Amino acid sequence: MRIARIAGMVVLAWLAVTPAMADSTHFCSVPAYLLSTDITLPKVEAAFKARSPIRVLVIGSRSSALSGPDGAANSYPARFEEALRAKLPGIDVSVTTDLHPRETAADVAGKIEKIMAERKPTLVVWQTGTVDAMRAIDPDDFRAALDAGIAALQKADADVILMNLQYSPRMETVLAATTYNDTLRVVAQEHGAPLFDRFSIMRAWSEAGDFNLFAQAHSIGVAARVHDCLGRALSKLVIEAAHINPNELEVR
Amino acid sequence: MTIPTALTSDSKVAPPDAGKLAVPVGTGERELRLDLFRGLALWLIFIDHLPPNILTWLTIRNYGFSDATEIFIFISGYTAAFVYSRAMDERGFIISSARIFKRVWQIYVAHVFLFMIYLAEISYIATSFENPLYSEEMGILDFLKHPDVTIIEALLLKFKPVNMDVLPLYIVLMLFLPFALWLLRRIPDTALALAVLLYALTWQFGFALPAYPHGVWVFNPFAWQLLFVFGAWCALGGARRMAPILASRVTLVLAVIYLLFAFYVTLTWHVPRLHGYLPRWLESWMYPINKTDLDVLRFAHFLALAAVTVRFLRKDWPGLKSPWLRPVILCGQHSLEIFCIGVFLAFAGHFILAETSGGAGLHFVISMIGLVIMSCAAWLLSWYKAEVSKSGKRPVMAVSADLVGSN
Repeated sequence: MRIARIAGMVVLAWLAVTPAMADSTHFCSVPAYLLSTDITLPKVEAAFKARSPIRVLVIGSRSSALSGPDGAANSYPARFEEALRAKLPGIDVSVTTDLHPRETAADVAGKIEKIMAERKPTLVVWQTGTVDAMRAIDPDDFRAALDAGIAALQKADADVILMNLQYSPRMETVLAATTYNDTLRVVAQEHGAPLFDRFSIMRAWSEAGDFNLFAQAHSIGVAARVHDCLGRALSKLVIEAAHINPNELEVR
Repeated sequence: MTIPTALTSDSKVAPPDAGKLAVPVGTGERELRLDLFRGLALWLIFIDHLPPNILTWLTIRNYGFSDATEIFIFISGYTAAFVYSRAMDERGFIISSARIFKRVWQIYVAHVFLFMIYLAEISYIATSFENPLYSEEMGILDFLKHPDVTIIEALLLKFKPVNMDVLPLYIVLMLFLPFALWLLRRIPDTALALAVLLYALTWQFGFALPAYPHGVWVFNPFAWQLLFVFGAWCALGGARRMAPILASRVTLVLAVIYLLFAFYVTLTWHVPRLHGYLPRWLESWMYPINKTDLDVLRFAHFLALAAVTVRFLRKDWPGLKSPWLRPVILCGQHSLEIFCIGVFLAFAGHFILAETSGGAGLHFVISMIGLVIMSCAAWLLSWYKAEVSKSGKRPVMAVSADLVGSN
């Protein structure tokens, strides 16, 4: 009798808790602290206030793209564009990419002035560090390259978001991500640029069981879903850092 | 353990009375604090080599500038000077140098052995792991396509995989130990000054050893030698002479203030909100805190840590004999073997975590099992050495091998 009663209570308690849990744990949700920042994106904020176009340029390496016929549409820059458009109806949002596979931060930093003169974006998302980590570039040199690159971006009148390495648990014994991620975090803070902590976000998904990033995958499926989630998370960071209140749009 | 008797039986080098606070030259007992902290450093290095998990928060690098590597290199310098200086007294410069080189050879072989295990793991990943999400990162495995170059560069200590940087540094430091000891035994303060000078010149002119395929050694021997030589200098009487400084209240206050400052700065890395309270001028002066070249801030942090530790953890502290610390101390007494086992276990742990997609729970279990295996191995080594020396065959050799084996 007693056991049955206790079991009944447990079931009731479980039923009471489950909806709440299901409610709070959306698939690939990002812990709030990973997307909150004190740093602002004044250029994006101003563009939004003026309802003028928001042009985002993603400068990155190969991990900002997916291969295959639908690669471009599946990759996070495209998913980011879609998420941002959905959140900001009526605003002209465009996201373009400028990818430099196999180039270090120093290589890219040298080209930034030219890129900015051509594209004139409101916001640049600079995904970097992977190639530097793979080539074990001296962290001091990496840091100097970041300093130069961000200075050039800010001189060209754009907001900057830095994006760090991917979380790739299988590669941890080969690829020393920590040093480069640490450098990116410090440099971002120093230059007043928000950091999109791709590494921690993906690790949080892996730990929450949203994605199995250890397993091998022959098809593009998992990769596409990861990029979709990355794109949406990035849109949240931009909305937050630019102090955009999407409700303002609905009122009009 | 045979070491304590071996040390008591001969006090030729040892100055008769070491200062109260000073580390232990000549008191005759094996300095358990050294073993304790070297063991602790080995445990922390093992934990740091695994992917971050709960235990990672226990490692000191999260609470200040320096980490376990500083402790390991300092104590290695200390014990190496202690052991081989005695050998120089007993057998002369040539014989003890030969013994040092034999030791260097052992470390080199250990390094190559670990590299083989690493290659096996990496080759497996390269052929069995495929994921379009990581097509960029997989490019790093391209070196496997050129085994002719990779293996030769590894044998030349230029190609060093992640987490395998400490032994090559140790090899280079030991290689120059005969020369350093020769100087330290004649003109200790000048020798230390020369080490400082080399360190300063390294910072000025950027001396470094090249690495393959890019960059430089992760631990620059030209800079890290300072810690090793400083350890040796302490062992050869420096610690005794520094005892008054270590005993003074001013030192303690300065050390504590610096440790708190370092703790606060480290905290701003983990809690971005605090970052606003760090003055910008301080930041631009302080960063980057360079590990490759043993940043002065890191060195100072290690000194402060050591000063506080030596003051509050007396060498006659009964806890040192407690069974709870026994595993750590045993690990510290067989550092090369336990270091290698730790690196191997970190590889194995990575592999298990990857194969099973293990979560935080398994991660914790793997870390704990790793520490248990390291402790058991250390206990086994101690037991074996004790048995060998008990058998009475060439006791002198057994003792000296034991001493050598312990640094």
